[in-house]
Amino acid sequence: MSDMKPVATRDSYGNALVELGKKYDDLFVLDADLAAATKTGVFKKEFPDRHIDCGIQESNMVGVAAGMAATGKVPFCSTFAMFAAGRAYEQVRNSVCYPHFNVKIGATHAGISVGEDGASHQCLEDIALMRELPGMVVINPADDIEAKAAVEAAYHHDGPVYMRFGRLAVPIINDNPDYKFEIGKGVVLREGSDVSLIATGLEVGETLAAADELAKEGINAEVINIHTIKPLDEELVIATAKKTGKVVTIEEHWVNGGLGSAVAEVLSEKCPTLMKRIGVYDTFGESGPAKELLHKYELDAEGIVKQVKAFL
Amino acid sequence: MTTQELKKMAVKVRQGIIESTHAAKCGHPGGSLSAAEVFTYLYFEEMNIDPQNPKDPKRDRFVLSKGHTAPGLYSALANRGYFPVEELQTLRHTGSHLQGHPCVTHTPGIDASSGSLGQGISVAAGMALSAKLTNDDYRVYTLLGDGEIEEGQVWEAAMFAGNRKLDNLVVIVDNNNLQIDGPITEVNSPYPIVDKFKAFNFHVIEVADGNDMDQIAAAFKEARETKGAPSAIVMKTVKGKGVSFMENSVGWHGKAPNDEEYEQAMKELSEAENL
Repeated sequence: MSDMKPVATRDSYGNALVELGKKYDDLFVLDADLAAATKTGVFKKEFPDRHIDCGIQESNMVGVAAGMAATGKVPFCSTFAMFAAGRAYEQVRNSVCYPHFNVKIGATHAGISVGEDGASHQCLEDIALMRELPGMVVINPADDIEAKAAVEAAYHHDGPVYMRFGRLAVPIINDNPDYKFEIGKGVVLREGSDVSLIATGLEVGETLAAADELAKEGINAEVINIHTIKPLDEELVIATAKKTGKVVTIEEHWVNGGLGSAVAEVLSEKCPTLMKRIGVYDTFGESGPAKELLHKYELDAEGIVKQVKAFL
Repeated sequence: MTTQELKKMAVKVRQGIIESTHAAKCGHPGGSLSAAEVFTYLYFEEMNIDPQNPKDPKRDRFVLSKGHTAPGLYSALANRGYFPVEELQTLRHTGSHLQGHPCVTHTPGIDASSGSLGQGISVAAGMALSAKLTNDDYRVYTLLGDGEIEEGQVWEAAMFAGNRKLDNLVVIVDNNNLQIDGPITEVNSPYPIVDKFKAFNFHVIEVADGNDMDQIAAAFKEARETKGAPSAIVMKTVKGKGVSFMENSVGWHGKAPNDEEYEQAMKELSEAENL
């Protein structure tokens, strides 16, 4: 892992919007009274005329964005994952996805790593909700570098995109000169032969650390970063399953409906493989410091090692 | 168009509503008929549109927030030349471009997908804001049902539009007084509608008879002249207007005429056309 300072991907979102805003004057940013938290405040400061604060009305914000997209703008809607995918679900479905309008959704504060705010704000179902929608692209970047690349790719993609960002600062893992982001293309971060660890979002860093620990015990794990859950890189998922014969998915999401389900759907139909889904099992989160919660729910490197060993 | 021509066109729009819902054996004639004059006035007089160039970026936009009354909109679009009037017969049929509720990707002339009540007004507000942000001078119109305004999102959008002084936005409320479960006053009364929009910083225009073409024309003229605030046109209408047995009858909200009823309705409309 890099020596670079950890960065929360919500910061990457705001910073990427500023850079893109300099290049593209059809890019607009919408917020629902959370610009300070979604980190779009930097965009608001740089481009006050292209920042629209809708106040506390997420449903209306998504509709307004649909109208802006219908008239040629590229709006980025920003709010917490809970409200973007949860509260405004039906607006995303009917006002944005059904007409296939070019709306981008920047959903911050996803997962239990929201921390102290507790379960009401810890959205663990957004990937499930968003990946159902026809034509929707769902991206969950692993670090600062990937998050910025994802925002740029989302701008250039013609159609709705849901991007999942976190509150917790995460280590940089993609600081190599060959790094390239492509929607729908998974990345093999570590070659292995005993088990495939397929992770997404902040769990990618934890999974890499877990793979180091497993190696010390003689377990040679392949680590794959799936930053795009939809469209899923089925080819890569099938290839790694054939290679190792055992697949573990790791995500900061309920195990129903997210990455684990997406991978299971592909493998059960095209390459039946023994699987373990690591995530949150049928319970709400709770208040506490993010790192303590990741530990308690066995979503840190230590918890992943424990669960992978039990699976093998 | 002269007022007389517009009135005749409204009858044609009504005929299309009856034709299409009869052919579909389902659909929503009641709220389509109550808004026949406003559909006609918008597409034949008020809006800057070109059926030959339905995606012109400079065009005025219309969002049918009460999307279930698509038969009325489709009939206006067909009569205006967006697609052949004969295609109204395919409403709600498998493979038809005329979906039960309007959709952008299916039908030429549709500016937003709608039907889930309360959502269209937000999309219309977004379009109006979009014009303001880049100094475009197109106008945006949206039609809501009086039952629809029970939806909370309507008031989110109203607050937003009022606060941002979107004077290029016209919100029309079809106040026909009936929703599926009965009179709006008995289900969950949205009254006072006029005071509510005033409180949300709209310029409110009351129309005593929203099935009267002259009164509609005057209302849209006043909306066009209004600066610094969005306009709300709250128009009293008769649900099922123009077909005697459908008028003011809650049962005709979402029911198609059978063959006998169809004949009767078309006979009445034919007589109205020849008046």
